[in-house]
Amino acid sequence: MTFLLRRGLFYLITLWAAITANFLLPRLLPGDPVQAMITKLGGRLNSDAMASLYILFGLDEKKSLWEQYVDYWGTLLRGDLGLSFTFFPTPVADVLSQSLPWTLGLVGVTTVIAFLLGTLMGVYAGWKRGSWMDTLIPVTTFLSSIPYFWLGLIAISVFSVTFPLFPASGGYAAGLVPEFSWEFAGSVLEHAVLPGITIVVSSVAGWILGMRNMMVTVTAEDYVLVARAKGLSQRRIMFAYAARNAVLPSISGFALSLGFIVGGALLVEMVFSYPGLGYVLFQGIGAKDYPLMQGVFLVITLAVLVANLLADVGYLLLDPRTRREG
Amino acid sequence: MSPVLEIRDLSVDYGSLRAVHNVSLSLRAGEVLGLAGESGSGKSTLAYAATRLLQPPGRVPSGEVLFKGQDLLTLTEKQLQVLRWNEIAIVFQGAMNALNPVISVGTQIDDVLRTHRPAMTRQERAARGRELLSLVGIPVDRLTAYPHQLSGGMRQRVMIAMALALEPEIVIMDEPTTALDVVVQRQILGQMMRLRETLGFSIVFITHDISLLVEFSDRIAIMYGGRVVEEAPAAEIYRAAKHPYSQGLLGSFPALRGPRRELRGIPGSPPDLRSMPAGCPFHPRCPHAMDVCGERMPSLDSVEVRRRVACWLEEAHV
Repeated sequence: MTFLLRRGLFYLITLWAAITANFLLPRLLPGDPVQAMITKLGGRLNSDAMASLYILFGLDEKKSLWEQYVDYWGTLLRGDLGLSFTFFPTPVADVLSQSLPWTLGLVGVTTVIAFLLGTLMGVYAGWKRGSWMDTLIPVTTFLSSIPYFWLGLIAISVFSVTFPLFPASGGYAAGLVPEFSWEFAGSVLEHAVLPGITIVVSSVAGWILGMRNMMVTVTAEDYVLVARAKGLSQRRIMFAYAARNAVLPSISGFALSLGFIVGGALLVEMVFSYPGLGYVLFQGIGAKDYPLMQGVFLVITLAVLVANLLADVGYLLLDPRTRREG
Repeated sequence: MSPVLEIRDLSVDYGSLRAVHNVSLSLRAGEVLGLAGESGSGKSTLAYAATRLLQPPGRVPSGEVLFKGQDLLTLTEKQLQVLRWNEIAIVFQGAMNALNPVISVGTQIDDVLRTHRPAMTRQERAARGRELLSLVGIPVDRLTAYPHQLSGGMRQRVMIAMALALEPEIVIMDEPTTALDVVVQRQILGQMMRLRETLGFSIVFITHDISLLVEFSDRIAIMYGGRVVEEAPAAEIYRAAKHPYSQGLLGSFPALRGPRRELRGIPGSPPDLRSMPAGCPFHPRCPHAMDVCGERMPSLDSVEVRRRVACWLEEAHV
């Protein structure tokens, strides 16, 4: 318990540091958001509008950095992340809450699928070393070595252009309104097939390879020999004695990859114009949309921290040696 | 006494190398058979081959291992699985890595019961687990402990408790106390021998430490280069070992009891499987080597009742 409290404190400090960096970075850049806005709108603003923009962004009063910092925390805690330039005048928080579910749904689910599938295949490949499963490894490794954007483009050109089986872009069919209906859910699934499969194909090899090698190492351990001498079933030995121990390094890798779900799917979402967080970030960067970028970075930071916390807890549950007694 | 386990002409190959040559040994009911030899003498390989635990590339090209009239080497995997631990349990070096580090010791004992005694309820299995721990002198609340929370000696006791879970006929102990200090070694072996008297199983005790064998076993077989070179009652070996290698082994350990003797080693090093010397494998290191030793292998002949030696010195006397 004290271990969890200590970790919790560590994460709070990390969070504070990340948010502070997030506050400082844009303020260290030359220019200000209003200048950026003016440039974006190409001088179609009169001086009144400019003055009101300054007031809107809170840049009219000359506040010290410290006062700005305190204000920043105040607005942050109220969930106010400012206004997006790209989607002006939509608040950043709204843009994020609209795009986050798409990313979590697509990349989150496929990351979990790739991990489970790859680990299970790795368990069998390592257990039955030298069987046909081993020929699978060069194939999957080849697939994962193809640059993702290229794999995505090939998938689009084959499965939505040559054979129009699946839509090439977007999160759901144009003309549908997001709602809880079978029609909408079906459309979402249909749109998720191509990006989903390409993510799994490109990432499954790493899990297979890592798990297979750990299985081979663990199978040589004495306790696996003991388990065989005990006359346990092959299944029990494979899962409780070999895989149970071999999966530990994969677990921390998995937790780290959970953290990158939010930010790491940039290419996927760009190739498939998927309405997720990565695509929003891409648009935000293109438009020098600082509040939006700040918001996305904040979400990514939070996701990485939560994923690390999950890794800690998972390890604690799976490996008794990491638990501290007393 | 009739043998409970009889090994007949067993050979073991690792690829094209022969690690064990036509070994015949029998284990009588209730006895402790010691198997001694340096590293690489084939003593553990023999035990693993006899219990069908040998991993590839290890292979058994010839021989029989008879347990209650069944040849273990011809059993199917299913038949073998029923027999394992029920009849033949193995005590590995529990102090090292023989216990799974991420599963509690209770669960590892429970695993055996759950597999082999499906009729037992959860409560009965837990009760049996506690009973086994107290049998080897470990506080019963340690059932939920993980191996890393126990000392080396306690881990070894857990290994023994686990081996006795199904009350097997035979317990094979492979270097059971090698990583432990001398005091704990003797405590554990003494306890094992007392348990043998109450529970009545037979023991195959494999170790390089011949002084332990002299103290704790009834009969000793000494292996060198994959062959049994001498087999005799423990007291006979200690009093008057006949094979020069046995004499050398005995001379390499200080005796705890009896008169003082000079401590000597054996010159040279154990033979390499890839380049076994012709004739008797021990002759390059043997202080009594004769011409015939480098030419032909002496056979393992009975020189006295219950005593076999493979040495030309003995052949000469006969």
